[in-house]
Amino acid sequence: MSSSPDKLVYMANQIGKFFQSQGHDRAVQGISEHIWKFWDPRMRKQIFAHLDAGGAGLEPNVRDALQKLRLQA
Amino acid sequence: MSLIQETDFGTPKSKSETMVTLTIDGNQITVPEGTSIMRAAMEAGTQIPKLCATDMVDAFGSCRLCLVEIEGRAGTPASCTTPVMNGLVVHTQTERLKQLRKGVMELYISDHPLDCLTCAANGDCELQDMAGAVGLRDVRYGYEGDNHVFAKSHGCDNDNWMPKDESNPYFTYDPSKCIVCSRCVRACEEVQGTFALTISGRGFDSRVSPGMSESFLGSECVSCGACVQACPTATLTEKSVIEIGQPEHSVVTTCAYCGVGCAFKAEMRGEEVVRMVPWKDGKANRGHSCVKGRFAWGYTTHKERILKPMIRERIEDPWQEVSWDEAFNFAAAKFKGIQAKYGRDAVGGITSSRCTNEETYLVQKLIRGGFGNNNVDTCARVCHSPTGYGLSQTFGTSAGTQDFDSVEDTDVVMIIGANPASAHPVFASRLKKRLRQGAKLIVLDPRRTEMVESAHVKALHLPLMPGTNVAVVTALAHVIVTERLVNEAFVRERCDWSEFEEWVAFVAQDKYSPEATAIMTGVDPKVLREAARIYATGGNGAIYYGLGVTEHSQGSTTVIAIANLAMATGNIGRPGVGVNPLRGQNNVQGSCDMGSFPHELPGYRHISGDAVREQFEAMWNVKLNKEPGLRIPNMFDAAIEGTFMGLYVQGEDILQSDPNTKHVVAALSSMECVIVHDLFLNETANYAHVFLPGSSFLEKDGTFTNAERRIQRVRKVMTPRNGYADWEVTILLAKAMGFEMHYNHPSEIMDEIAALTPTFTGVSYAKLDELGSVQWPCNEKAPEGTPVMHIGGFVRGKGKFIVTEYVATDERTGPRYPLLLTTGRILSQYNVGAQTRRTENAVWHSEDRLEIHPHDAEQRGVRDGDWVRLASRAGETTLRAEITDRVSPGVVYTTFHHPDTQANVITTDFSDWATNCPEYKVTAVQISPSNGPSDWQKAYDEQARHSRRIAPVVEAAE
Repeated sequence: MSSSPDKLVYMANQIGKFFQSQGHDRAVQGISEHIWKFWDPRMRKQIFAHLDAGGAGLEPNVRDALQKLRLQA
Repeated sequence: MSLIQETDFGTPKSKSETMVTLTIDGNQITVPEGTSIMRAAMEAGTQIPKLCATDMVDAFGSCRLCLVEIEGRAGTPASCTTPVMNGLVVHTQTERLKQLRKGVMELYISDHPLDCLTCAANGDCELQDMAGAVGLRDVRYGYEGDNHVFAKSHGCDNDNWMPKDESNPYFTYDPSKCIVCSRCVRACEEVQGTFALTISGRGFDSRVSPGMSESFLGSECVSCGACVQACPTATLTEKSVIEIGQPEHSVVTTCAYCGVGCAFKAEMRGEEVVRMVPWKDGKANRGHSCVKGRFAWGYTTHKERILKPMIRERIEDPWQEVSWDEAFNFAAAKFKGIQAKYGRDAVGGITSSRCTNEETYLVQKLIRGGFGNNNVDTCARVCHSPTGYGLSQTFGTSAGTQDFDSVEDTDVVMIIGANPASAHPVFASRLKKRLRQGAKLIVLDPRRTEMVESAHVKALHLPLMPGTNVAVVTALAHVIVTERLVNEAFVRERCDWSEFEEWVAFVAQDKYSPEATAIMTGVDPKVLREAARIYATGGNGAIYYGLGVTEHSQGSTTVIAIANLAMATGNIGRPGVGVNPLRGQNNVQGSCDMGSFPHELPGYRHISGDAVREQFEAMWNVKLNKEPGLRIPNMFDAAIEGTFMGLYVQGEDILQSDPNTKHVVAALSSMECVIVHDLFLNETANYAHVFLPGSSFLEKDGTFTNAERRIQRVRKVMTPRNGYADWEVTILLAKAMGFEMHYNHPSEIMDEIAALTPTFTGVSYAKLDELGSVQWPCNEKAPEGTPVMHIGGFVRGKGKFIVTEYVATDERTGPRYPLLLTTGRILSQYNVGAQTRRTENAVWHSEDRLEIHPHDAEQRGVRDGDWVRLASRAGETTLRAEITDRVSPGVVYTTFHHPDTQANVITTDFSDWATNCPEYKVTAVQISPSNGPSDWQKAYDEQARHSRRIAPVVEAAE
């Protein structure tokens, strides 16, 4: 977990795992809200850039949540 | 100013609501049933002579000095053990009583030294007072007979005489002055609950004995000081009193160690502290203390304290002492330069959970208002941030639900991942008292802590594997749901029913049963089921938890699981129940309340809320950034990445306390300016460019907020040795940065906080002086504060059940790292030890040891006391082993109080999913025999020594 995108992907997936058991729609809502509330802009920018670059390693719910969040932003 | 004299009523207060009226010395008095005659008399203003009675312990009736006469009753009963009754007519002074008392005192004094003038208790001796009170003028027996006073009698050694025991670093035991009133023995039992003292022998041979006639230091004594406080003579006396003399004035203030928040009287001579004595009216501690608050304050005047500001260009340079102005200008220029070069968001700060609310508030104000970003965080990030998240999601507020008094109404206590006997000792004593009255105790902890088994305490212990909290707490919920132990009426009335049903369906699945999860958790399903039944059906159930819950990848999830349990069983919203986070530092609650988190303004309101932000903008006269800032671990990552280059750290040693030391070193080394504002050159200061000397809690005014949300005053008893209180330093630094803040006194800062924070509206220094303390929320709805939260309904409206899936941490054991390391604290040391290591507390704990099970030790050829190498994926260190079955096979444990061990070089980057609270409590490690310090330790030590050099001051040539 040394390079930054890897670490952010790991953190985002960790958030995803908590919401996993709540079903897709609520999970996407929960994950995007969580990242919006607690991540500083440079972290969000980096994860969006990673998403644009293919989003390797992101769990499906997390990917959807980030896409949703970017549309809002 | 004068010495605060607390009235000793002789016996404890009765809680009865039935009132009884009697006549004492011709005056009618009405008191609660169960009150002693002695106490009733004192309440009416009549002090009956007494020696063995004091209101911190139950009546004993041994000294025969407090005798009274009651009309219609034969004899002269002891007023301490005789309860009041309606219509009694009591006389406290008659010819017969005078004779009897004089006779009793005469006997006492015949076996007591007459060195009053040179005695340390001179001026504070109840024996002396009583001799005066009964008019003793002569001792007819002489002093020649058998006695405990003189080392030699008639030229021979006196076998009854015992030398002083000076083994304890803070107090002495002088048996020659003992009157065997047993107040010390009873204080140790009833108040502290340690049972270290006893009376050995009978009659004339009776002696106070620590353990089996051991020294105080060698016995089970935990040096809480209760016995010293209880002693009516100079038998048990603080060494500081022996050395300095009696205090002449005192000031009530609040201890700066743990989250219990004990109120103390700082007893002074001029600006010198003579002793700290727990204040009876302190609502958190009720007159009790522990070894840290009572005795370990010597660090405040320790020779290693840095009193002058210092700067340097590079961390390889020695420090240069400079004037305050030079230091502020240097720091401001650096920070402004960094912002010009890397952007506004490239600097930030860390507020201190050791400093006052007012100081914390100013630091976050400086960062948000002066730096223009929200890069502010506090050490709660690494301890209780998951509590904030979990409880606000479920209940609607991060607040712990109860006051400490609540434990007196508790029937079942469940402790999860906490060891109050070590980390919150005064609360532990209050809890043990309740346990001795019959309350039941359940402990979830990988270790057999002091709470699991101690004098008259035997808990139901669930020794779970580190990292499996969610599985265990969900299994408890499984049992409560499937065995139909849910308090359905409560849930229907107070909680969201559909969310509850969803949760029930989730936890009821077979895969969450104790039997199915035992393979991961290591907990015997039968014991787990029993624990669930006791908690759900045993009456008032209260959960107390600590960092063993929060400092995990799933810390927030466990907090939510705990909240679910309390709601399902209806254990919320009245005295005796609740969810009680035991917060670590003195003001960690306050630092969170004061807006130290990067996403929240004071009062836990998200920074993105326009209405709230505008209020602050109007008051502060500055535009605020609406984006959340970086949390501590994110700051480190951003530093390494090159986007975060300046940090102002007030009163926190992030290098020693944060996980994965190598990572922290890399982050700090990447920054262009680190400002450390502290009492000592701590470990973080090894990587700092500016050192601003801090002031101790004795040197400033302010408030601390303890774990029960209780706001208490901190009062200045001496001039800041460094010249400025910390709040003044922050104001001056802000000014140098071009951000003006004007306050003449911390009370004005609190007024601003009250004006901006809905839960603090009713808080002011005037109110704190009047009431002693208040628990927030304190506003129009609750002008005297709120001891118990969620009465009649949850803060968020309906309580919210959230499903809690167990996700194993990615920190796994394997062939190379087969053991799990977990960490914790010890009673005598405090956190990174910056304070306690600079006191005599070192006699109890001079180094961190690694606890290892005999089985694991034998496999590795490790013997007790051997040096071992402790290695994880993050790093390695060495320390000495202690072989014990307190830990289970497969689990090892250590403390993190000493920088030369640096337990955090071992801990990893894993953190809580919601809050990034580090996973201190689970690290996969390997142990092997070692010869001594690792290369890393040697290099670290060398760097630290090099970095701490201070350049000699060169006088300018004429």
